[in-house]
Amino acid sequence: MTIDWFPLWLSLRVAFVSTAIALAAGLWIAYVLANREFRGKEALDAAVTLPLVLPPTVLGYYLLVVVGRASPLGKLWEAAFGSPLVFTWKAAVVAALLHSLPLLVKSARAALESVDRSYERAARNLGASEWRLFWRVTLPLARRSIFAAVALAFARSLGDFGVTLMVAGNIPGRTQTVAVAIYDAVEAGNGALARTLVLVVSAAALLILTFANRLAPR
Amino acid sequence: MIQARLRKTFSPQPDSAGFSLDLEFSAATGVTVLFGPSGAGKTLVLDSIGGFVRPDEGRILLDDEILFDGATGVHLAPQARHCGYVFQNYALFPHMTLRQNLEFAAERRPRLERHRRVNEMLERFRLGDSAGRRPHEVSGGQRQRCSIARALIGAPRLLLLDEPAQGLDAPLRIELYDVLRQVRADFQTPILLVTHDLDECFELGEEMLILREGKIVQSGPPRKILDQPANLEVARLLGAFNLLAGEIRALDPGRNTSRVRVGEFEIDGPYFPGRLKGDRVTVCVRPEQLVVSMANGRPGPNQIPAELKRAVERPQWVRLEFAGGINVDLPRPEYERQRDNKEWVIQFPSESLRVL
Repeated sequence: MTIDWFPLWLSLRVAFVSTAIALAAGLWIAYVLANREFRGKEALDAAVTLPLVLPPTVLGYYLLVVVGRASPLGKLWEAAFGSPLVFTWKAAVVAALLHSLPLLVKSARAALESVDRSYERAARNLGASEWRLFWRVTLPLARRSIFAAVALAFARSLGDFGVTLMVAGNIPGRTQTVAVAIYDAVEAGNGALARTLVLVVSAAALLILTFANRLAPR
Repeated sequence: MIQARLRKTFSPQPDSAGFSLDLEFSAATGVTVLFGPSGAGKTLVLDSIGGFVRPDEGRILLDDEILFDGATGVHLAPQARHCGYVFQNYALFPHMTLRQNLEFAAERRPRLERHRRVNEMLERFRLGDSAGRRPHEVSGGQRQRCSIARALIGAPRLLLLDEPAQGLDAPLRIELYDVLRQVRADFQTPILLVTHDLDECFELGEEMLILREGKIVQSGPPRKILDQPANLEVARLLGAFNLLAGEIRALDPGRNTSRVRVGEFEIDGPYFPGRLKGDRVTVCVRPEQLVVSMANGRPGPNQIPAELKRAVERPQWVRLEFAGGINVDLPRPEYERQRDNKEWVIQFPSESLRVL
């Protein structure tokens, strides 16, 4: 039996891109949540966390509404890049982001808030700008927890199924991620393929989580 | 030169009583000690000057720069205040070496000068050998010196120290005092030091501000304050006095004398301006100013017989605790000479008496 490894590579690529975006955006949101006082702060936190608890179908539906071909955002994307966003691997990235971003924001906020405030006071007292304070003091001190959060977000991105199916579809060789491929294989009665992919995905996830645990501060 | 007038009110919360800070002071070169019990607002004063707390009203002037002015809304960021701050736990960055900690603090200087300055400070504070280590890898004394060096490296116009000797054992404490005396001699920076340790005030302070519940209750050189506490409250805060209830029986301004009844005895003191005959007062006298001897017949003038409750041995002196709450501190050899006394009398030298 020859196994088509494309879904696995696609999933890895999706997870990498989505984790990178989640890290950049998530750190920023987490910084704002941890350091600024403003109205609706906790509402923002709740909104970011919402995807963790909503059913994938609900999320997929929202995404189709927001970035579908008929939506303003979808039209903008199509005008800018010449092709629609939905039913491409990039849509799978967006789907994965819905889960990796909340995980990152939650953990990064906790990590940033757990840094002893006296270090930040000391840095300000020594003349450090807020920017330098963040990059040189707060972030390095929170780095272990944040690495752990990144690993977790990556593992979660690797395995998204429901939302991906709704917005990226199941196009073999183009948008079929490993989770969708397993579903396909089971439906088609291809037990050997399903078993192989299941084992590979499980092993990868286990590896990543072990890594994350070792990073997390004791 | 720092001049500060501060007001800040915290309204009572379900889990904490209200607090209000309301004080005014100025401090020039040398060490000014903020002394007071916990909760007196000492750290709040440092934080207001450092820019971490915004007072409700008032004005903070450092040299000629306004750091804070409630009336015009000026409130400089901590970064712009040029006040060195040595935090209670030192707050050395744990992920940086001692050298990197100093470099971080010197980053606003040009590269070449920064390098020279860091080396100079490492040298001066005897940190050269441990410059490449992280704070948790060096001794408490090195951490402490590094935090002071880090606060000074940017050439601040004021140095703030928040209970720097808190939790240090005796040798480290002595080392800290040496370092601070050196800093006082080498740098022109005025130093504001928070403590609730009276010995520290005397070790280091040229001036002393006594804080209680957000207000300054007395200020002046420590020696002078100990000599004449402004009121009973200050005397209690200093904790270095015998405080005995008394009544003024006679006053003679011409001969500069007075007579005060303490318990069932009358003792002579100096004239107390502003007091009247019959005033109920608190007689205030330091334990080391009292003299004890073996009772021998009738007590003489200014002597009160007393029953010794116990003797508490200290390294340099012995504290005798008598019935009626009178403590006497004796040098150890003097105590050795008298330790077999059966009955005691306490002599109150009249010039040492104060009334509050």
